[in-house]
Amino acid sequence: MAKINPNISNSYGRIFNPVDVPCISARHLNIGYKDEAVVPDINFELKKGQAMALIGTNGSGKSTLLRTIVSLLPALGGHLSIFGRPPGSDPQRIAYLGQFHKSSFILPLRAIDVVRMGRFPVHGLLGKMGKKDDEIVMFAMHTMGIETLADTPLGYLSGGQQQRTYLAQVLAHQADLLVMDEPTAGLDAGGRDLYLQAILSELSRGAAVVSATHDIQEEASLCNQVMLLARRVVAIGPPQSTLTPEALLETFGIVVTGDQKHLRVLESKHGHDGEQDGQG
Amino acid sequence: MVDIFINPFTQNGFMVQAFLAGLLVSIACAIAGTFMILRGLAFIGDALAHGVLPGIAVAFLVGFPGILGAAIGAAFMIGGITLITQRSRLSSDTAIGLLFVGMLSLGVIIVSRSNSFSGDLTRILFGEILGITPQAVFVQLAATVVIIIIAVVCARPFLLLSFDPEQAQVAGFSSRLYHNVMLFMIALTVIVSFQTVGTLLVFGLLIAPAGAGALLARRIKAMIVWAIIFGVLSMYFGLLLSYHFNLAAGAAIILVTVAIFFIVFILQNIRSRQLLRSKGAAHG
Repeated sequence: MAKINPNISNSYGRIFNPVDVPCISARHLNIGYKDEAVVPDINFELKKGQAMALIGTNGSGKSTLLRTIVSLLPALGGHLSIFGRPPGSDPQRIAYLGQFHKSSFILPLRAIDVVRMGRFPVHGLLGKMGKKDDEIVMFAMHTMGIETLADTPLGYLSGGQQQRTYLAQVLAHQADLLVMDEPTAGLDAGGRDLYLQAILSELSRGAAVVSATHDIQEEASLCNQVMLLARRVVAIGPPQSTLTPEALLETFGIVVTGDQKHLRVLESKHGHDGEQDGQG
Repeated sequence: MVDIFINPFTQNGFMVQAFLAGLLVSIACAIAGTFMILRGLAFIGDALAHGVLPGIAVAFLVGFPGILGAAIGAAFMIGGITLITQRSRLSSDTAIGLLFVGMLSLGVIIVSRSNSFSGDLTRILFGEILGITPQAVFVQLAATVVIIIIAVVCARPFLLLSFDPEQAQVAGFSSRLYHNVMLFMIALTVIVSFQTVGTLLVFGLLIAPAGAGALLARRIKAMIVWAIIFGVLSMYFGLLLSYHFNLAAGAAIILVTVAIFFIVFILQNIRSRQLLRSKGAAHG
């Protein structure tokens, strides 16, 4: 074991963990709801600068795992630590993109107001937001290609533009851990490219990323680890060795394999809860 | 001509006091109403406004200030709603509806059992803005200051809550805590406002000016400012109508505020239709 380094300040003045403390560490973790276990015995570690993709059908436990990581759900058993501490201890270091946003039609918010919310966890209740924050916010909007929509009310934006806005909010946080549930849902090809670029730059900044995705081809391929879920952990490991037709068959039930470079997945339901149908 | 707009206020002390009370209530209702609408809490606001009735009735019976009774009634409502929602699978609007009708009928029963109440009941239901006391105005001032402070301090969590409660939670702002703070703010507004337009109509002051503001505003701050403007205009014209035509003041105020909402609504629809048409013309 390498010796534990003292805390190092990053360029934003926040403290990164000693390199050896993983961003996420799960051992024999059981997740689910009060009256319904969803996935038992999850084991993994995610270090800074690494990305992990969760892959599985609707109801396979992807969202449940993400929600447990950000402490919206308590772990049912086993061990889960985030930056070496219990989940929920460091909200200023974790950015979360949920799957659902309630109808934003009524909210008198402009796109820029939504992105600015990404800075709230950094400053807390009363901390002052300054010029630096404005720059970060504008840069995040630029990264997602929506800087010209800054003053547009959220309700006027298309679904894809709204998704870009939410992603810009996540980026504006400049968090040490990004937790995203189907981040590319509703994005067009251009948006997807911008998203992938943004994630690469977040990773090179030292952030860790965990996301639920249906995009085995592109998104999962830039991850260090993928986890295949089907209400249990089917497989976990580097994408090249883990995304085998056999494992995918087990995960999804039905797999249509063209040539190896274009694995395609047909969704089949594993039954279970109220997760909305994804993009398939 | 100008006289009919100004003289009622310059020549009558009670009109000045009424307008002052109305001004403070308009500010409180604009802030609380804005977040009530954004957070989708309109039903609980309505239920609170009516559910405080038994508290006020009991307070009048035993000779306590009505405002104290209203506070106890509101606390009981919020506590009951929270309890039912947490301990059952019922959604909060079911819990709200249950307590709403329960408290309202309890209030009517208390009032109807007491002989000396008929005058008081009118006061409770329809307010007494023209007979408002300086003490009541002072209490309203204090409450309005508290509401402003809450809105300023909790601006970020309130915004996140309205956007997405889970986002608020993950960002480190306990959504339960700030939800309750918001409920407290709405309840406080109802409690100090019912004396002006009555428990039956105070909900109108919460929802109509902020609703009209929501139609116009692109930002939450602007929505609050619009709501204050519409609230104050309603107070002014409502009092004026009531003075000249001898109408019930509370009802006149609420009628004006709802009328303003519909005027804004119609004007905005006409404008957006024109915009669409001119856009269509531009695109050939």
